[in-house]
Amino acid sequence: MATETLHAIDAHVHLHDEHEHHELGFVQKYIFSEDHKTIAKQYLISGIIWAFFGGAMSIIFRLQLGFPNMDLTWLKPVLGQWIVEGKLEKEFYLALVTMHGTIMVFFVLTAGLSGTFSNFLIPLQVGARDMASGFINMLSYWFFFVASVVMFASLFIETGPASGGWVIYPPLSALPQAMPGSGLGMTLWLSSMALFIISQLMGGINYICTIINLRTRGMSFTKLPLTIWAFFFTAILGLLSFPVLLSAALLLIFDRSFGTSFYLSEIYIGGEALPNIGGSAILYQHLFWFLGHPEVYIVLLPALGITSEIIATNSRKPIFGYRAMIGSLMGITLLAFIVWAHHMFVTGMNPFLGSVFMFLTLIIAVPSAVKAFNYITTLWRGNIIFTPAMLFSIGLVSLFISGGLTGIILGNSALDINLHDTYFVVAHFHLVMGAASFFGLMAGVYHWFPKMFGRMMNKTAGYIHFWFTFVGVYCVFFPMHYIGLAGFPRRYYSFTALGNGRMEAFVDMNMFISIAAIITFTAQAIFAINFVYSIFKGKRAPQNPWSSNTLEWTTPIVPEHGNWVGEIPAVYRWPYDYSKPGSASDFIPQNVPYSATPESNFPEENEEMAKEKEIEGLLDIQNSSYNH
Amino acid sequence: MLLALFNRWFYKTEFITKKLANKMTYLIGLLSVVFLALAIMIVSKSMALSKGIKGVEQDPDSSVDSANNMNAIGFLVFLVLGSIGATWSFLHSKPDLLPVAASDHGLITDRMFWISMGVITFAFFITNTLLFTFPFLYRYKKGRVAAFYPVNHKLEIIWTVIPAVVMAVLVFSGWRTWRDITGQAPDNAVVIELTGHQFGWYVRYSGNDDQKLGNHNYKLINETNSLGMDFTDEHCFDDFTANEMHLPKGVPVLLKINAQDVLHSVYLPYQRVKMDAVPGMPTKFWFVPNKSTDEMRYITGNPDFNYKLNCTEVCGRGHFGMAITVFVDEPEEYAAWCKAQKPFLTQNPDYLAKVPEKLKSKAQKYIEVAAPAASDSTQASGATPAAATSLR
Repeated sequence: MATETLHAIDAHVHLHDEHEHHELGFVQKYIFSEDHKTIAKQYLISGIIWAFFGGAMSIIFRLQLGFPNMDLTWLKPVLGQWIVEGKLEKEFYLALVTMHGTIMVFFVLTAGLSGTFSNFLIPLQVGARDMASGFINMLSYWFFFVASVVMFASLFIETGPASGGWVIYPPLSALPQAMPGSGLGMTLWLSSMALFIISQLMGGINYICTIINLRTRGMSFTKLPLTIWAFFFTAILGLLSFPVLLSAALLLIFDRSFGTSFYLSEIYIGGEALPNIGGSAILYQHLFWFLGHPEVYIVLLPALGITSEIIATNSRKPIFGYRAMIGSLMGITLLAFIVWAHHMFVTGMNPFLGSVFMFLTLIIAVPSAVKAFNYITTLWRGNIIFTPAMLFSIGLVSLFISGGLTGIILGNSALDINLHDTYFVVAHFHLVMGAASFFGLMAGVYHWFPKMFGRMMNKTAGYIHFWFTFVGVYCVFFPMHYIGLAGFPRRYYSFTALGNGRMEAFVDMNMFISIAAIITFTAQAIFAINFVYSIFKGKRAPQNPWSSNTLEWTTPIVPEHGNWVGEIPAVYRWPYDYSKPGSASDFIPQNVPYSATPESNFPEENEEMAKEKEIEGLLDIQNSSYNH
Repeated sequence: MLLALFNRWFYKTEFITKKLANKMTYLIGLLSVVFLALAIMIVSKSMALSKGIKGVEQDPDSSVDSANNMNAIGFLVFLVLGSIGATWSFLHSKPDLLPVAASDHGLITDRMFWISMGVITFAFFITNTLLFTFPFLYRYKKGRVAAFYPVNHKLEIIWTVIPAVVMAVLVFSGWRTWRDITGQAPDNAVVIELTGHQFGWYVRYSGNDDQKLGNHNYKLINETNSLGMDFTDEHCFDDFTANEMHLPKGVPVLLKINAQDVLHSVYLPYQRVKMDAVPGMPTKFWFVPNKSTDEMRYITGNPDFNYKLNCTEVCGRGHFGMAITVFVDEPEEYAAWCKAQKPFLTQNPDYLAKVPEKLKSKAQKYIEVAAPAASDSTQASGATPAAATSLR
């Protein structure tokens, strides 16, 4: 049916000047490209490379935690002076923890996930030829690239990279006397993040503009796929919260380099009393978490959007509660801004503020629960096809639930007293935000790979990759809850100081976690090989490999810059007409008018037919927006 | 009622699983079986798949292959083995989870924790069971048409309201507990000052005479006066410091918390106490320790048991080792211990020079005369009579 419609559109296409058809040079086509699809692939490949670095770092510190007596001399060729007498250097352990967090949160799950799929899918799914500003979009990637280079460079300096935790709380991060990583490494970290934030803002502005202004004719907001809704809210979150992180970073830069006292007060360090008076270390935490908490949703919402699309497509069912899904996304977005201080219950913040933030935090469980229930109901009475993307999507829902539930405990400030900064927190956020978002990323790659590269990824390798990753992730993070409940603090090089045989009770479990982590990490090689191999040698993709309704599958198999050869298709219906009663096909793409499907129309949809003329009439206006 | 049953069940399992303690290898064994089973499953599945490829070229219309059923079964297998693994590993680790609570509020938060845990465990099993059985039940079958079921407002309302009500109940009880814990410390609270620094804790007591901590100023810190005690304030005269912490049992204790260099965090795992130490911003936490060190030695069956104070805010290379030992004493023992401590001024008589002229006579009391300094117990009150009278 999709191809029929395509032909229909092609038939009445008048040849309009295809200005993008003059050949671009290699540099313009693959490096400084303004094509959103190329930029998306650049983000994706950068993100994957970063993910392997971030993952490898976690393996190194898991070796320390799981096998504290292991002789690590064999790592000396890679880590050099950071291995002292066969042991990981204590400050370098903290540097690894810090860089693992920074890389995974910002460079993999923000840039790699949102950057990839917002770029790739927004124009394709709303029916636009490119982003509102291709140039700014290109700049966005290259700012990210420079940020990556600076961050990467910081790994190689003598004093080591930033090491005060990914939250870089001052005064630790402000005072080079406090630890070597707070010297040049922190300067580079802050510079890199400033560039990264600029990149995010340019990206976010583009996403929002494109979604609002460049939707094809007929694509009203209530016909947008949930992916686009998710990217839309993600961009709004980023646009409003990243500037706050920038200001937090700037003030920290001032404190470090220009002698100001925004965060510093009454400090005696290294045998010297510093002159700084009147600053507040808590101020930094407020500013940081004002981004930091929305950031959790910046990485999670795109994953939820991707999953909504994939679960509906592969269940061959409409997503259950489309409007409730949008509503819950909106609710999560709003609440994301007003729950930040639940990261600070025991920082000495006024306890009354703690009460307020506890109330607000636990409200966020409601829209999250609605989403989980809607996913499950979408599966109910479906006709489910387990593509690798579908497996990862179901995995995401499970991780989202399992990790989200413990948030109910941590969001309760009275219970947080004991659990704050223990492994219970580590388990919680790795499941709900880390692993869940990572699964969203993987699901997206498997699902849209055919559109990106015109070829299919190997399914069997995808299944194996999924099962190893899914079982592995649970084996890594589920036991961490126990370790946290036993009172093991985060960011500990070793647990010798806990006393009373508490370390000994969990030696085996720590070892188990490390082994599971190594297996899970190694299994990602299956993905990497499959990914690279399939780009060049994969089976050629068909037009619409998953029989999906959204607009990207109406483009040529390998779309050129401009996406559609002829006119951009118009949109007449929502994206979830799967298994519609009366229809012979189990999917009706968005660009199929109701007048073409009288057999499956609901009575109220016959009224929509009247609007088809109106939608068609918008063609000239739409074209004129591209011709200036 | 249900709670009591729950509790009894926990104690029972605790008893049983204690026997298994130190046999964590079981856990590894079990979970590696999970891994192995899945690996075998995948291998057999991929073998089946390769057979399928050799046989008939797949139906070009459908993206469904023989692996579809295997993946569906995979979810079911994962559900069963995962549930067993989760339950078993929980029961096995139970004796070490939330070590015995040794403070009044700790007992309350622990109880609340297990109630919340019960609620989320219930939700965890229900949702994951549905999530993994639906893929199995509704896996692709040729000719089956999926239900077109886009919306049901009643359902949406039900599962919006239920979590909202459950949340409201949990939040409300959590809030009341939080309010009680963070409220004003009682007037009779023993005040102890904790100061974090890279990498250790200084403990200062308000002394045996005035029960008030004297002022301190970070600019006065030096190698001897590591807290920067300000001897222009007479409350400093009787303050004494220690490198271990003693707490009286059954008496409210108010910790006044400072940091000298970077953030630290006071963590008393058994007392369920945690509060950050922030340079330039004093913080506090009050609680009632309710089990003495001796009692804990008896309860845990470990004659070497000692409470610890750990750091839980990353503070540099020594973060993980930044701990001191904490003793919870019976009140009389605590009083005796305090009596035995010498004020800082007694130990460092040169600091008398820092005391302003008009307070010199008060401070003199704490300076021991060289010869009769033998008896420890009298050092605080047995100073010159002139000083003693002026103080009272």
